[in-house]
Amino acid sequence: MPFLPLIPLLPLAGALACGLLHLQVLRARRHHADARPAEGLIGTIATLAVAAAFALSLERFFALAGSSGERVLTWRATDVWIPTGGPAIPFGFRFDALSSVMCLVITGVGALIHLYSIGYMKGDRGFARFFTYLNLFVAAMLVLVLADSMPVLFIGWEGVGLCSYLLIGFWYEEMKNAEAGQKAFVVNRVGDFGFLLAMFAAAYWTGSFEFTGVNSAVEGGKLATWQTTVLGLLLFVGACGKSAQIPLYVWLPDAMAGPTPVSALIHAATMVTAGVYLVIRTHPIFDVSPIASGVVACTGAATAIFAGSMGLVARDIKKVLAYSTVSQLGFLFLGAGVGAYGASFYHLVTHAFFKALLFLGAGSVILALHHEQDLFKMGGLRRALPGSYRTMWIGAAALAGLPLFSGFFSKDEILAGVLGGRPVFGIPGLNWVLYAVAAATALMTSFYTFRLIYLAFEGEPRGHEHPHPNPTVITLPLVVLAVASVAAAVLGLPFGISHALQHWLEPVIGEPQGHLSHSAEILLLVGSGVIALLGFAIARATYGGGLAKAEARAAARPALYNALSARWWIDELYDATVVRAVRLTSFIAGLIDAFVIDGLVNGAASLAKRGAASARRMADGSTQTYALWFGAGMVVVVASLVLLR
Amino acid sequence: MSFFGAPVFFLAAALFALGIYGFMTRRNLIVVLMSIELMLNAANLTFLAAARGTAQANEASSYAVFVILVAAAEVAVGLALVLAVFRLKRDSDIDAARDLRG
Repeated sequence: MPFLPLIPLLPLAGALACGLLHLQVLRARRHHADARPAEGLIGTIATLAVAAAFALSLERFFALAGSSGERVLTWRATDVWIPTGGPAIPFGFRFDALSSVMCLVITGVGALIHLYSIGYMKGDRGFARFFTYLNLFVAAMLVLVLADSMPVLFIGWEGVGLCSYLLIGFWYEEMKNAEAGQKAFVVNRVGDFGFLLAMFAAAYWTGSFEFTGVNSAVEGGKLATWQTTVLGLLLFVGACGKSAQIPLYVWLPDAMAGPTPVSALIHAATMVTAGVYLVIRTHPIFDVSPIASGVVACTGAATAIFAGSMGLVARDIKKVLAYSTVSQLGFLFLGAGVGAYGASFYHLVTHAFFKALLFLGAGSVILALHHEQDLFKMGGLRRALPGSYRTMWIGAAALAGLPLFSGFFSKDEILAGVLGGRPVFGIPGLNWVLYAVAAATALMTSFYTFRLIYLAFEGEPRGHEHPHPNPTVITLPLVVLAVASVAAAVLGLPFGISHALQHWLEPVIGEPQGHLSHSAEILLLVGSGVIALLGFAIARATYGGGLAKAEARAAARPALYNALSARWWIDELYDATVVRAVRLTSFIAGLIDAFVIDGLVNGAASLAKRGAASARRMADGSTQTYALWFGAGMVVVVASLVLLR
Repeated sequence: MSFFGAPVFFLAAALFALGIYGFMTRRNLIVVLMSIELMLNAANLTFLAAARGTAQANEASSYAVFVILVAAAEVAVGLALVLAVFRLKRDSDIDAARDLRG
């Protein structure tokens, strides 16, 4: 029987192998400055490691599907990994309905992106380093989803954060990239702090570090409502950091500084969904606390429309996709907040497929145009890059939610969940507001997605006449992901084989809460389709006629356009408030350090020095002075012996 | 017999004070050594005078002999030091050797 821990261990071994090969390259470069890594070998090792993990996950998945009863495979290394004063921290993995699908997505999409990276990173000096980090990332992400307790999840949580930092700043020779990595890391730390507090609070109140223990304690009503609310909010702070929600979303657009496969794997398909995964994993907490779940839903909706609006005018092809990712993550939280966990998770899976596809497609365009990312300088690529065009069109259709593509069904399920789910903050009317926000966001999504397609692929070339054709390693993953983006619809078709994923997840997330009537569902489905098609039509009307016409329209509303282009000045706001406050604090701390702390240290030193200066006068070298001191000492000793007797 | 009852104690005290005075004020190393001898012998005198006629007389005498022995050794070492200082500094003044002034 295959061993559960092998799933993360395989990519870890791959990371080790690639790391050693990288060291070898570094050693060779001492003699030949331009020594090249063995790209074929490294790429094969890294890709096979992830592919093997995928095969193993698949095998376990079928074993799980074939098992009866509770449907969970567990593995325990030790019950007492870290002894504490309170409950001991165990080390173990849990392969259940939820984590099994996550494993499949991570390793499946991951393997494709590894394959793609062989082509994308060709000739890069850090080829081996890149695959080391990428494999390490997959290993950490698998630990995150397989963990059966919060501390083990935290290992993966920090591991993916580290890899994200390393890969965003992968081309660290450019200051801008290194700074983007730092920004991501620092902003994530804020979220990690919330997660750590949540972990300790959970252990303190429920007496368990394990998810099963915490969840059953919450379900059993062992905690007061305020306790679950605090717990839920703290967990959500952690989720906000990792999944780039308001107010901690600012790092994700900057994270596009990393190589494009990284954006696809880490900042679209897997790592950024960890927050949603965490919320679903600990869903009983949010079920019990209306305040915590209401905050989740409202933050998600706000993030969705806010980031979506920023995506409307972005000129960088990767930035459009980054804002879209933040916006779609908002959708996921919105779904989780109203209790539509199944819908949220379904959208997570489809999003992983089509967003990875869109990022990889964007990467193939960027590569073909010699690292040009400005949409306004593209255009007319349809003929030169037919493979990228067709696959990206499918990805865009899925993201926009055009009828019959996977995103159509998954987004519609979230929208239906918002209306049919539990009332937000316990106020039923609020769901309609959130539905309106989500519908508006869906319209924006459809618009900016097809704006991207029109700007990049249609019209006349603007600047780049002769793009490179792409090699097969690049187009093959695109095709596979395009097929997956369409086929994933099967997981959640509303009728017929009805909500397959939802039923599969029921052991973990329970029955869906609240039901809409069949006619209402059909009405919503039609509405979602109309919204998506409307966005498509607007984009076509605006950008189908060429860039000049579109710019004229934007110029007619300069205030809105400028606000959107400046991303609502949020980065500036953070600079003026948070960053300046931190700088001021550090300045004051610097003064205190220089004068108070250093003053104490230097003062102690100079006290000793001055004391020594006066004490050394006693030792003037004259024997007779020594004798005098000696005699005086004797007098003191004898006198004290006599007098103090 | 009380401690201050015998004049010999006054003699010993005078000798000891004289030794201290010489040790503190004289510059010549030889004279300083001689002053130390004075102090040692003042101590010896006190031992013997105090023990005279008591059961510990023999004990005191043996202590005195001990002190004389130690004094002899001290003089040997002391004179060697004086010679070494003189060889180094061409001077037998006690303040010639103050290289360790702090």
